[in-house]
Amino acid sequence: MARPLSSARLRAAALTLPLLAFVGVTFIAPLGSMLVRSFHEPQVADALPRTLKSLEAWDGIAVPGEDTFRILATEVRLLDEQRRLGGVATRINRLESGMRSTIMDTGRALRSAESDSWREALITADPVWGEQKAWLAVQRAGERYTLRHYLNALDLDRDSSGDIVPQPTDRRIYVPLLLRTLGVGLVITAICLILGYPVAYLIANASPSKSNLLLLLVLVPFWTSLLVRTTSWIVLLQNQGVVNDLLVAAGIIGETGRISLVHNMFGTLVAMTQILLPFMILPLYAVMRSIPPAYLRAAASLGATFRQGFVRVYWPQTLPGVAAGSLLVFILSIGYYITPALVGGRTGQLISNMIAYHMQESLNWGLAAALGVVLLLGVLLLYLVYNRLVGIERMRLS
Amino acid sequence: MIGNLGHRTTPARGWASVRLAMLASALGIWSVGCGTEGVTVVSWGGSYEEACRKALFEPFSSETGIEVHVESFNGGLAQVRAQVESGNVYWDIVDLEFADVVKGCDEGLLELIDIDQFPPAPDGTAARDDYFEGTYSECGGGGTYYSGVYAYNQETFPDERPSTIEDFFNLDKFPGRRGMRRSPIVNLELALMADGVPTDEVYTALSTPDGVDRAFRKLDTIKAEVVWWETGAQPPQMLADQEVVMSTAYNGRIFNAQVLEGQPFTIVWDGQVLDYGQMAIVRDTPRLEAAKQFLLFASRVESMAAIGRYIAYSPTRRSGMDLIGTHAATGVDMRPHMPSAPENLARALRNDPEWWTNHADEMTERFSAWLAR
Repeated sequence: MARPLSSARLRAAALTLPLLAFVGVTFIAPLGSMLVRSFHEPQVADALPRTLKSLEAWDGIAVPGEDTFRILATEVRLLDEQRRLGGVATRINRLESGMRSTIMDTGRALRSAESDSWREALITADPVWGEQKAWLAVQRAGERYTLRHYLNALDLDRDSSGDIVPQPTDRRIYVPLLLRTLGVGLVITAICLILGYPVAYLIANASPSKSNLLLLLVLVPFWTSLLVRTTSWIVLLQNQGVVNDLLVAAGIIGETGRISLVHNMFGTLVAMTQILLPFMILPLYAVMRSIPPAYLRAAASLGATFRQGFVRVYWPQTLPGVAAGSLLVFILSIGYYITPALVGGRTGQLISNMIAYHMQESLNWGLAAALGVVLLLGVLLLYLVYNRLVGIERMRLS
Repeated sequence: MIGNLGHRTTPARGWASVRLAMLASALGIWSVGCGTEGVTVVSWGGSYEEACRKALFEPFSSETGIEVHVESFNGGLAQVRAQVESGNVYWDIVDLEFADVVKGCDEGLLELIDIDQFPPAPDGTAARDDYFEGTYSECGGGGTYYSGVYAYNQETFPDERPSTIEDFFNLDKFPGRRGMRRSPIVNLELALMADGVPTDEVYTALSTPDGVDRAFRKLDTIKAEVVWWETGAQPPQMLADQEVVMSTAYNGRIFNAQVLEGQPFTIVWDGQVLDYGQMAIVRDTPRLEAAKQFLLFASRVESMAAIGRYIAYSPTRRSGMDLIGTHAATGVDMRPHMPSAPENLARALRNDPEWWTNHADEMTERFSAWLAR
């Protein structure tokens, strides 16, 4: 008896294989590869193995000796021939701005150079080679496994003696952005809950024809392109926009007193709340529909006021929906990119905008990955707190 | 292809490329069904892509019989790098900002191309001498100038109108909000020029900490009145809505609004930051021959000038300016609208891609921190 059962089970399990393969290929593997990039950067180590070896004996202060210069020159020349020098130069430049040109110029200068003193030749190509900072940058970029992307993501840096120190104030951006992102996520979740709960209640308790209409009103914006909705908010909220025009026409504000409603944090909150509202309403509605109206009537018949009935009977039963909706909205809001980019202006920028910058423009995928990991850890931490408070096993979508 | 390059695929490398291919697919840039016939050219969408379609892609197809598939992107080397590193190259030619051509070429992401193969100018001048200084790279072909300028809506200034870059920073004389791109690029240069730094000393100044401080201090003076924009379509919209009284913008966008939509905008060319782009071949493309053919076609002076019949971007070859005629749809004379027209160059700064590849990361971090304060 046991054997046919287990083969049936196997067959059933085999049905999930395509899904597992799909998740593996499109989710786990790329995510894993990005995570690895945040601490594994072998390119410089592979390109300059002998230079780095010779720098191992370096005291980290004085300019290295002729030997190191000679080895570096040989390796730079080889990389230049193989067209690999640019990638190395870009990576070293991240530790010391300007090193990219230094290295590319050195490569060009070495194409024709023959020299007795490589030290002189390199310092002639660029005087920076006579300074400690150039060699520190080479040495640190050469670390195969490194925490520097994480340090960078936490606004920290290593000074010339290797101690971890905070970045200068005018370059501290990631931690404030990260906190702001989490804060914005929480605020949007709260607003969505306050706005969405009564709407969901109304839909769940209206007559079928009315509730279909209301549901349609929730779903139509949900199906409309994100960009269209974002741009519409700009049209509505800008200084010369519909809302300000109405306020001026009504005499509430003067022509010169128009209020800045968009291109700031307020605009970001409004636009993102509207965009994410359906993700709160739909799970709430699904849960509320499954609550028999008889419960509230029973509470009333036992003498409870509506308020008591709501607080003690209805609200606890909707908690699974509240939990599901809040989690959905929060997770979606911290990853939002295009809306804050368009309506965020100066104060509405979120961490996703910096991640996109490092993915697309600076090509510093290691830092982008580290920022992603830090964000992920932040979310997981909040999730644990949330789990303690609400209990994830109570979450339901219907 | 890998065999041609003379290195074997070791298992480790193979696995790395599988992972990268997966990464590429997760980035949503996987493409199936791009056949081997024809070449895939990646452009910027919008009116610029439309101009290239009429001036380059269609004439190239009818001359050679090679089909051109067009895709759009938002610039940058991220997708090119993902394709080259994973060995799954499905883009053949990419239209890039010049700084990215240089960077991609240095990093070995783009194919080298010999400028001596490019067709000469009509008067026989070799392409190498016909290109403006510094506007060609070892990997690029074709090329157009575009410009970071500022523009205003005439209706906002009935009396005295701004005419210099200093006016953009002069809140007393021209009060009101200004639009600027949310990026240090162009803005730092404009700030220094408005603060009195001569154009040829701007990048030298920016290379010193004092110069950078000075640029940010100048930006500080208008910070409270700036509306930051993200995409090139926003400035003409904000000007039309009178959301801002003046805004930095790409000259081609303002030209379109002026000529196609009849908006009362004026471009202030004083202190313009001239920039340029080129097309380049993605390294290891299986359609290298066709791609080269395309790049050579795109590098003809006639092709480069033809783009200027549809949009106000001018050729980066000297002989190209003579071939600029009228706008294809409206018959407007294009010459005065071109960034490289002599009268527009009185005080112009040429963007230094080399400086920006060195300092973009540092300046972007600093700019973001400055914005948040």
